Amino acid sequence: MLRQFIEFSIIGIASGGMYVLSALGFVIIFKATRVFNFAMGEMMMVSAFLFLTASKTFGLHWGLALLATLGLSAVLAFLMERFVLRRMIGRPVVVLVMVTLGLGSILRGLAGLIWGHEIFQLPDFLPRAPIFMGDVLIPGKLAWSFLGVAVIAVGFIAYYRYSRAGIAIRATSADLVTAEVLGINVRGVFTMAWVLAGLLAAGAGIAAASVNGVSPQLGFVALNVLAVIMLAGLSSVGGVVIAGIFIGWLETIVGAYLGASWQSFLPYVVVLAVMLIKPNGLFGEARVERI
Amino acid sequence: MSVSSNASARMVPSAPDTNSWITLETVSLVVFAAVAITLPAYASVYVLYMACLVAINVIATVGLNITVGYTGLLSIGHSAFIGVGAYAAGLAMVHLNTPLPVNVLIGGVSAFLVGLVFGIPSLRIKGVYLAIATLAAQYSLYFVFQNWTSVTGGDRGLNLPATNLFYLGDTGFYYGALILAVLACVAARNLFRTRVGRSLIAVRERDYAAEVLGINIVRAKLLAFGIGAAFAGVAGALTASFLRLVNPDQFTLMVSVFFLAAVVVGGRSSIIGSVLGAAFMTLIPDALREILSLTSPGGTANVAGLLSPLREIIFGALIVGFLMFEPRGLMGLVERLRGRKELVGSEASGD
Repeated sequence: MLRQFIEFSIIGIASGGMYVLSALGFVIIFKATRVFNFAMGEMMMVSAFLFLTASKTFGLHWGLALLATLGLSAVLAFLMERFVLRRMIGRPVVVLVMVTLGLGSILRGLAGLIWGHEIFQLPDFLPRAPIFMGDVLIPGKLAWSFLGVAVIAVGFIAYYRYSRAGIAIRATSADLVTAEVLGINVRGVFTMAWVLAGLLAAGAGIAAASVNGVSPQLGFVALNVLAVIMLAGLSSVGGVVIAGIFIGWLETIVGAYLGASWQSFLPYVVVLAVMLIKPNGLFGEARVERI
Repeated sequence: MSVSSNASARMVPSAPDTNSWITLETVSLVVFAAVAITLPAYASVYVLYMACLVAINVIATVGLNITVGYTGLLSIGHSAFIGVGAYAAGLAMVHLNTPLPVNVLIGGVSAFLVGLVFGIPSLRIKGVYLAIATLAAQYSLYFVFQNWTSVTGGDRGLNLPATNLFYLGDTGFYYGALILAVLACVAARNLFRTRVGRSLIAVRERDYAAEVLGINIVRAKLLAFGIGAAFAGVAGALTASFLRLVNPDQFTLMVSVFFLAAVVVGGRSSIIGSVLGAAFMTLIPDALREILSLTSPGGTANVAGLLSPLREIIFGALIVGFLMFEPRGLMGLVERLRGRKELVGSEASGD
C-alpha cells in the first residue's frame, strides 16, 4: 500500500517535470511581453512531431534529431513573434491573446493535415530498463526524461538569472520604459523571450510525447499547465518548478485513486481554487491588481 | 440600424453625409427582412437548415461580442455556456415537457447563473485571469456534461422530442429562431444606448477612468460576462430543440474558438458585424466541404479527413488575419468599400 503510493508519487513527480518546462515557456513570454501565449501547447505538439519526423522519417540519430528540433522550434517561435506579434505591439492585451489562440488553431490544423490524427509513439531513445530504488520501481523512460527536463530547466533558470539576456528580460518585465531608456533593446527582448519559449516548448513537447505519444491533441493536454502557472503566480520562475512538480504529483495521485476523467478535470479545479483564494499564486509578485 | 449608434463611443463627429448611408442601410435591411420572412416558401430543406443554424449562431455571437467586443473581456469558454443552456433546456423538455419559449428562458437564466459562478473569482482581478477562468469553465463543464451520467446521459447525451412551434414543424422553428435572433440583436443594440451599456464601453476603454466616473467596474464586468453567457444559453436552448440531441461533443474548445472567430471576423463592437460574422463562419465549413468534394477525386471519406484540420487552419487564420489587418472585421471592410474611414479605432489607446 505504502510502496504503491510512493511509486505513484515518484511517477507523478517525474511527469511534473514536463509541466515545469512548458510552464517556464509560458512565464518567460508573459514576463517579457505581458502576453499570455495560448499557442504554447501547440508549439510543444509541433516540436514533438518535428522530432518524430527527424528521427523516424529521416532516420537521424536521436541526438541530432533533438538538436534539429530545438533549432526548428526556435525558428518557429521567432517567426511567430517577428511576423505576427511584433506587428501588434501596443494593441490591447486581449487582442494579443486572441491572436495566440488563432496561431494555436493554425498550428493544430497544420499538424492534423501533415501528420494525421493518430497517436504516434516516439522512437525509443531513452533506456527502458526500470530503475530500482530499494523496493520501489521507477519506469526507465520516465526517469530519464525527468533527468533531461531537469537539466534543461536548471540550465534555463541559470541563464535567466545570470546572463545579460536574462537580466534584460527581467528589467523589461519590471519596467518597460525604464529598460528602454537604459539602452535595453526591448524588441530584442521580446524576440529573445519567444525564442527561449520555443526551445522550452521543444523540450517539454518531446518529454511529454516520449511518455504518452504525440497527436495534434497534445496541445490541449498541455493546457493543463495553466494550473501550474496559476499556482506559481503567473510570473514566478522559481515558483513554477515547485508548482509544476506538485501539480504533476497531485494529478497522478488523483488519476491513480479516482480515475482518469478526474485527472483531466483536476487542473481546472486548482485554477479556480487559486483564483478564489490567492489570485497572485503562492510565489507570484504582489503586482496583481484588484479592482 | 445605423452603424454610428453602435460605435458612437469610438466615433469622431462625422460629416452630414450620413443620409445616404442610412438610405442604403434601410434598403438592405428591408431586402434582408423580405428574404428572411419569405425564405421557407421557396428554400430547400438544406437551405432552411443552414438558415436556422445561422440564426442560432447569431444569438451566440452577439452574446460573445457583448463580452469580448464591447467590454473587452476575453472569454474562451463560450461553448460551455451554450452547453449549459442546451442541457438545462433539454432536461426541462424531457422531464417537464416544456414548450420552446420556456426552454429558451430556462437556458438563458441557467447559463447566466453558471456564468456568474465562473466570472466572480476572475473578474475581481485584472489581466488575463478571465480568459483562464473561462478555459477552466470549458473543461470543467465538459467534464460535468460527460460524467454526470445520471442527469446528462454521459457521452450518449439526451435525446429530445420534436418541437412543434406555431404548428408549422421545421418552418415554425425557423421563424422562432429568426424572431429570437432579431430580438437578440435589437436588445444588444439598445443595451448600448443605455447607461449600463455605455458603462461597459467605458470599462473597456479605460477602467480607471470609468471608476473615477462612478462606474462600479466589478459589477459592470460581471454583468457583461453574465449577459454574454445568457445569450449563449438561449442559443444553446435553441440548438437543443433544433438538433433534438444534446451531447458533450457539441461543446468543445473548438466551438468556442469558432465563436471567437465569428466575433473577430464580423467586427468587434458591432451588432451587424456579429450577424455577418456568424453567417460567414457558419457557411464557410459547408462551402469548404463543397469545394473539397468537387476538387478531390478521393471521394467523401477523403474529404472528411481533410475537413477538420482545414477548418482549424481557416478559423485560426481568420482570427489572426482580421486582427492584424482589419481589426474592425467585415464591418470595417464594408466601410472601407464605402470610403468611410472616420471610425477611430480604440486600438491605438493600448491597454
